[in-house]
Amino acid sequence: MARSDTDTLLSPVIDDDGAPFWEYASRGELRIQACARPDCGALRFPPRPCCPHCQSFDSEWRRMSGRGRIWSYVLPHPPLLPAYAELAPYNAILVELADAPHIRLAGNLVSGPNAPLNSIPSERLRIGAKVQVVFAYVGGVAVPRWVLERL
Amino acid sequence: MAASLKDATAIVGIGQTPFAKRLPESEKTLACRAVLAALDDAGIAPSEVDAFASYTMEETDEVEIAKAIGAGDVTFFSKVGYGGGGSCATVAHLAAAVATGQASVGVAWRSRKRGSGPRPWKNTAVQLPTPAQWTRPFGLLRPADEIAMLARRYMHEYGATRDHLFNVALACRNRANQNPAAIMYERPLTREMYMTARWISEPLCLFDNCLETDGALACVIVSAERARDCRRKAVYVHSVAQGLPSQHHGMVNYWNDDPLSGPAWTAARHLWKQADFGPEDVDVAQIYDAFTPLIPLSLEGYGFCGRGEGGAFTEGGALEIGGQLPINTGGGGLSEAYVHGFNLINEGVKQLRGTSTAQVPDASTCLVTAGEGVPTSALLLRS
Ligand SMILES: [Zn+2]
Repeated sequence: MARSDTDTLLSPVIDDDGAPFWEYASRGELRIQACARPDCGALRFPPRPCCPHCQSFDSEWRRMSGRGRIWSYVLPHPPLLPAYAELAPYNAILVELADAPHIRLAGNLVSGPNAPLNSIPSERLRIGAKVQVVFAYVGGVAVPRWVLERL
Repeated sequence: MAASLKDATAIVGIGQTPFAKRLPESEKTLACRAVLAALDDAGIAPSEVDAFASYTMEETDEVEIAKAIGAGDVTFFSKVGYGGGGSCATVAHLAAAVATGQASVGVAWRSRKRGSGPRPWKNTAVQLPTPAQWTRPFGLLRPADEIAMLARRYMHEYGATRDHLFNVALACRNRANQNPAAIMYERPLTREMYMTARWISEPLCLFDNCLETDGALACVIVSAERARDCRRKAVYVHSVAQGLPSQHHGMVNYWNDDPLSGPAWTAARHLWKQADFGPEDVDVAQIYDAFTPLIPLSLEGYGFCGRGEGGAFTEGGALEIGGQLPINTGGGGLSEAYVHGFNLINEGVKQLRGTSTAQVPDASTCLVTAGEGVPTSALLLRS
C-alpha cells in the first residue's frame, strides 16, 4: 500500500464527555461510560454528564468484551469527501455490543486493523454477523474498527 | 381547562418563489418575495405583521425581513431547530402566539439556496460536535448515509423492499408531473429508471434522495375570527405537535432500545390527542420526504398502519390520487422542491382550498409532517 488511507480520513472531533473513550481506545481498550452509583450502574452512550436513569453525576468507564454483531450497514458512493470517495464504495456498519445490545457503535468492517475501509468485499457484509473490535490510527487518534469473528 | 389551540387560528395566505437548481437572487431577496407574496395572498398589509417564525438554519433573520418588508412593531419571534424537523413547528409557534394574544398576524418562512449553494455535509470544520465524533470518522458523512443505516435495518426487520421505496418516489414524481411549479414537472419516473439508478448510499439510490433546490416559501397565520374576513378560504390549524422522544439521538438514532420508532411517534401521540379526528379521517397527507424510507416510517408513526407495515402500505397505488392516502400532492421534497418541508405546508393549504394541481376531491383534512428521524413537528389542517 503506497500510503495509508487513514491519514486523510476525518479524525474524531472529541468533546469533554467523549475524551475518556478515545483515551482508552489509544490503549486498545473498548470502554463505555457507566453510572457509578452502586444500585444503578446503567451503561450509557454517547457519553454525557449525568445518568438518565438516576441523575447521578458519578461515572466510570466499563471495559467491554469487544464482541458484537452487525446491526446494519451502508455502502456509501460519491459524492463524498475526497479521502472517502477514493475508497468508495466502502462499508460503514453499526455494531450492537454483546455486552450492551442497545449500544450500537458505528465503525467499519475491515480485513485487519490497518486495512482500508473497502478491504472486505461488500457481499460479505451481513446483518447479524459476529465481529470483534480492533483499533486503527486515524490522524493520530486510535479509532475502533471491526473484523469478522470467523474469517 | 387550559386554553386550546384547536381551530383557534388559520393559515390565510401562502406565497412562494419559483423553484430551480439555481436562482440568481439572494436568500434574503427570495425570503422577502415569498413573505410579500403570502401577505398579498392573504390581503393583509405588511405593516400589520407582528410575529415571525422560522428555522434556526434560516440565514435571513427577523430583523432583516421585518425592515425589508415594512413590518410593524413585532412582539413575537421564534426559531426552531433540527433542520427540516422544524417546518410545522414554525406554524405551531405562531398559532400559539396568536391564540394567546401575543401577536395578531404571524408570518412563517423558509428561504434556501440548497440547489446552487454548498452541501452542508462538505463542511468538515463545522461538525455537530456531540454525535459527529461517533459517526463521521467512519464515513457516515451525509444525512443519506445516516438514514440509509436505519433503512437497511428496517428492510431487514420488516421485509420492506426497494419496490416499496420506489412506490414512494413514484407517487411524489407523479404529483410533480401535474404541478408546473415542480422541478420535476416534465420528468416522469419509471421503475426501470429507479432500479438502475446510481447508488448514493446502499440501500438508497439517487431517487430515494430529495432534490437540491433554490427557493423560498411563506405563510400567514391569524386568529380564526379574523380569518373569516380574509379574501381566501380559511385553512384552520386543528392540532399541532412537536416531538423529541425520550433518549432520541437525532438522525443518528442508534443508541436506544428501538431506533426504528422515532420522533413521529411522539409527535403523533400528542397531535391525535388534541384532535377531533384520527388517522382514518385524513383525506390527504404531506409527509416529509427528504428520503423515501421516511414515508413508511412516518406512516407507522402517525398511525396509518401498524409497526413494520409501512412498506406494504405503499402497495396498490395507496399513495396515489384515489388511493388510501394520497401524499405529497405537489411532488414533495423528492420531486417538487426541497425547501426543508415548507412546500408541504403550502401544499396542504392548497388542498384544503381546493386549488392543488393534483386536487383530492373534497379534501377537508390534511396531515402535514416535518422531518422524521430528527426532532420533529406536525400539523393537522382542516377546512
Ligand atoms: Zn444511574
